Amino acid sequence: MKLAIVKETRPDERRVAASPAVVGRLVKAGWTVLVERGAGEAASFPDAQYAAAGATVVGRDEAWQADVVAKVRPPSLESGKSEADRMRAGALLVSFLFPAQNAELVGHLATRKISALGMDCIPRISRAQKLDAISSMANISGYRAVIEAANRYGSFFTGQFTAAGKVPPAKVLVIGAGVAGLAAVAAAKGLGAIVRAFDVRPTVADQVKSLGGEFLTVQIAESGEGQGGYAKEMSKEFIAAEMALFNEQAKDVNIVITTALIPGRPAPKLWTAEAVGLMKPGSVVIDLAAEQGGNCDLTQPGKEVVEHGVTIVGYTDMPSRMASVASDLYGTNIQHLLEEMGGAEKHTIDLDNEIVRGSIVLRNGEKLWPPPPPKKVDTPAAGPATTAKPVTVTPAAPATPTPAPAKASAHGHGPPVQPPSRTAGVVMSIVGVIALVAWLALRFGAPDATVSEGTVDLLQHMTVFVMAIFVGWQVIWNVAPALHTPLMSVTNAISGIIVVGGLLGARAVDMDASVIVAILATLFATINIAGGFLVTRRMLAMFRK
Amino acid sequence: MDPLSRAHALATTAYLVAAVLFILSLRGLSSPETARRGNLYGIIGMAIAILATLTLTGPQPNPLLIGSIAAGAAIGTVMATRVGMTQMPELVALLHSFVGVAAVMVGYSLQLADPGDERMFEALTTKTLVEVFVDVWIGAVTFTGSVLAFLKLRGSVSGRPTLLPARHFLNLAMVVGSIVFAVLYVRDGQTWTLAAGTAIACVLGVHLVAAIGGADMPVVVSMLNSYSGWTAAAAGFMLANDLLIVTGALVGSSGAILSYIMCRAMNRSIWNVIFGGFGAEPPKSSGGPAQPQGDVQDIDHQTLATKLLESKSVIIVPGYGMAVARAQHAVRELTEILRVKGVTVRFAIHPVAGRLPGHMNVLLAEANVPYDIVLEMDEINSDFPTTDVSIVIGANDIVNPGAEDDASSPIYGMPVLQVWKSKLVVVNKRSRATGYAGVDNPLFYKPVTRMLFGDAKDAVEKVVTALRAG
Repeated sequence: MKLAIVKETRPDERRVAASPAVVGRLVKAGWTVLVERGAGEAASFPDAQYAAAGATVVGRDEAWQADVVAKVRPPSLESGKSEADRMRAGALLVSFLFPAQNAELVGHLATRKISALGMDCIPRISRAQKLDAISSMANISGYRAVIEAANRYGSFFTGQFTAAGKVPPAKVLVIGAGVAGLAAVAAAKGLGAIVRAFDVRPTVADQVKSLGGEFLTVQIAESGEGQGGYAKEMSKEFIAAEMALFNEQAKDVNIVITTALIPGRPAPKLWTAEAVGLMKPGSVVIDLAAEQGGNCDLTQPGKEVVEHGVTIVGYTDMPSRMASVASDLYGTNIQHLLEEMGGAEKHTIDLDNEIVRGSIVLRNGEKLWPPPPPKKVDTPAAGPATTAKPVTVTPAAPATPTPAPAKASAHGHGPPVQPPSRTAGVVMSIVGVIALVAWLALRFGAPDATVSEGTVDLLQHMTVFVMAIFVGWQVIWNVAPALHTPLMSVTNAISGIIVVGGLLGARAVDMDASVIVAILATLFATINIAGGFLVTRRMLAMFRK
Repeated sequence: MDPLSRAHALATTAYLVAAVLFILSLRGLSSPETARRGNLYGIIGMAIAILATLTLTGPQPNPLLIGSIAAGAAIGTVMATRVGMTQMPELVALLHSFVGVAAVMVGYSLQLADPGDERMFEALTTKTLVEVFVDVWIGAVTFTGSVLAFLKLRGSVSGRPTLLPARHFLNLAMVVGSIVFAVLYVRDGQTWTLAAGTAIACVLGVHLVAAIGGADMPVVVSMLNSYSGWTAAAAGFMLANDLLIVTGALVGSSGAILSYIMCRAMNRSIWNVIFGGFGAEPPKSSGGPAQPQGDVQDIDHQTLATKLLESKSVIIVPGYGMAVARAQHAVRELTEILRVKGVTVRFAIHPVAGRLPGHMNVLLAEANVPYDIVLEMDEINSDFPTTDVSIVIGANDIVNPGAEDDASSPIYGMPVLQVWKSKLVVVNKRSRATGYAGVDNPLFYKPVTRMLFGDAKDAVEKVVTALRAG
């Protein structure tokens, strides 16, 4: 099967549908990969790298004749002609298509009897995460938004104490905590800013917090959880409260990054001209929803404007501004999609495959979009665990199979298991039992002097005993689970302290049964001490980073 | 101040220092970086305690005593250097039994001493008699229980639980009998009553451990760890020695917490483990757990090697089978090759994997696997859906999906590693037998699962060879 990576024709599009690394993997998987001459140039991937990865560098016409043509942007359509006209009937086009917005293009492609898969139509189910190009691009946008903001903001992100005085940290507000929003939270936090995030879906609060952001809420109970993990439109009362919150935040924050989108609708206007007016001069607004009209009233899609001293950036090509990594991730998404379709040998369009059915737009010219509604949305129980899936922080990017960044710090040794909340109850019962024993001893002990002295002794020892249990309780819960075996052997060794008993018992000069038994006790206890400490040492010496 | 009480004061001060050092020692175990220093603190604390006690015993120590210390140290050293990391559970159980037997002997030494002997800090009052009995009793339970646990772990005795009929009644009867002898002993101070109590305690220790088996062994070992601590504490009361009390309490709570963690990891109550008969239920035929459907599918070493090279992320789930086959070095080799090729390899450790808390971590550390890629269940369980290949080596119950979705499964409710959520699960097993808990595993019949039958070490080495070749 021939797979072609063609050059993007839209001006300012620097991405390419696959990086040389992806091409290498595709070649290995059995594809004959053709790369259009100069396809990767803008993304800093020269033709030679593709050739080295096993692809054939070909001219434009030859590339478009392949069995599968992979691309980033939808094919151009101008005065009834499209670059996709070069394709053979029955060949497959894989690219972003946005069929809702590009009905004319889809109709045109249908007349050419080609098949088309929309990378933007991948269903948002967990299995499809690794080929979810929207998520991988959103992740890049969120990161880049912070970088663009930092570039325009006239101060540090992180607070500093310098000899010349104190600089407060930047305050960043992220509106919409989807993939892009969370990436922005993480990036801004990484630069040292104070980060706040707002989202209508309460379930994302934990994800924001896990990245070190503060989650803002309004005092109206309404979940904005829509289908497939996206947000839905909210009621009037909610929006009023939201606006009040935003106006208040506008006076405080230096940087606003908006990422709010509702599928199939223009972006909601969340950051009003009034809010921009309230912001301090020198503040920055990055509007990632610019392509859908923008979340800010004053956004001009594709441009950067300054209003009331506030810079408002409406770039629509954030991923393209990081073309290398974007191409690599997008290419990997495509690679996974092709694998899902049977790979090079068994390539088919299987409509029973949920992912393929969701993203197929045309099959040999037959329009199959929109797909039937999914049998069940990927939320069997509308709990946080499942609803969180589509907005997972780590996008489908396979290069980073690691979990959310917040987790990284916990690696190495596991976080100690937390003591149960019933601790207090346990402790109280221990103390209770001891008190009871003491009372019994006092009440029923013989009333002569020796015994009451002994009872005082007993109580003193009890005090020590209880305190030691407390200390032990506190200390042991902090032991790393990975060290539980060394813990056992070291406690084993120190419980050999019973040797003290043996030594005390064996100090008589006369040898009698008592002394012999004590000496034997010493022997066993010493085995324990030596064995326990040594074996612990051996084990601990093995742990290395 | 007369010399004796001066020596006493000195010793008491030294004991305080030793107690603090023991606490610091346990504190050090909170991370692998500080753990070695922690162990050193423990050793110093112990040395101080022994030296202080020897100054109490006078300038002319009994030569036999010195001999026994030397012999004990030598035996301990030999045992500790000879033991293989896979035999760690046995060693730990054996050492517990030594604490128990030592405590029993200390108690008897006190009992057998002549009344009025200068060694006595106080006469054998009612209080001391109670303490002696308690010390000896707990010590005896610890001793025989640990010996049986040792034999079970070593394989000399069947690991299966032995359940006598009316075992709860038997336990109760033995406790009542002990109390009767305790009362008799405290009243008259007769050696034979103490001996009778000891005998009952010995039987009780055996009976308690005999009733527990299989997958519950980690709990048993940590329980015995706890008992050995309480024994030392009881001896402390008996000898009016605060150092023993403190140390015993530390060790006792340590073991208790470990048991608690283990039980929680298996979603069972501690009472259920101590007195239950888990794993001994006869396999239900009809109307029991849903019988898994379909056939198991095999995979060969070559295919697995190819799959591993194609993947981005691999998680290895080791179990007791890895320990038995001593496959940890082969596993490390596999890990290294894959990491060099850019594959992310991590280990998922279930809290009750193996026969000892933290057993797998020690084995992997022995094989030089960096500990920062060895993760606990809670840290890694959510990562299985983004994992390309999960390799289960010699583990069974801890990856059993029945624990999550089959209410009739005996291990239902136990948190397990969700390996079946990854794209491919390869299960290495010696045969198709059920796990230690005697439960069939629907994992083997899942469409994402492939079986790699054979000895763990052998199988992993073959994969390594295939990886090298490819």
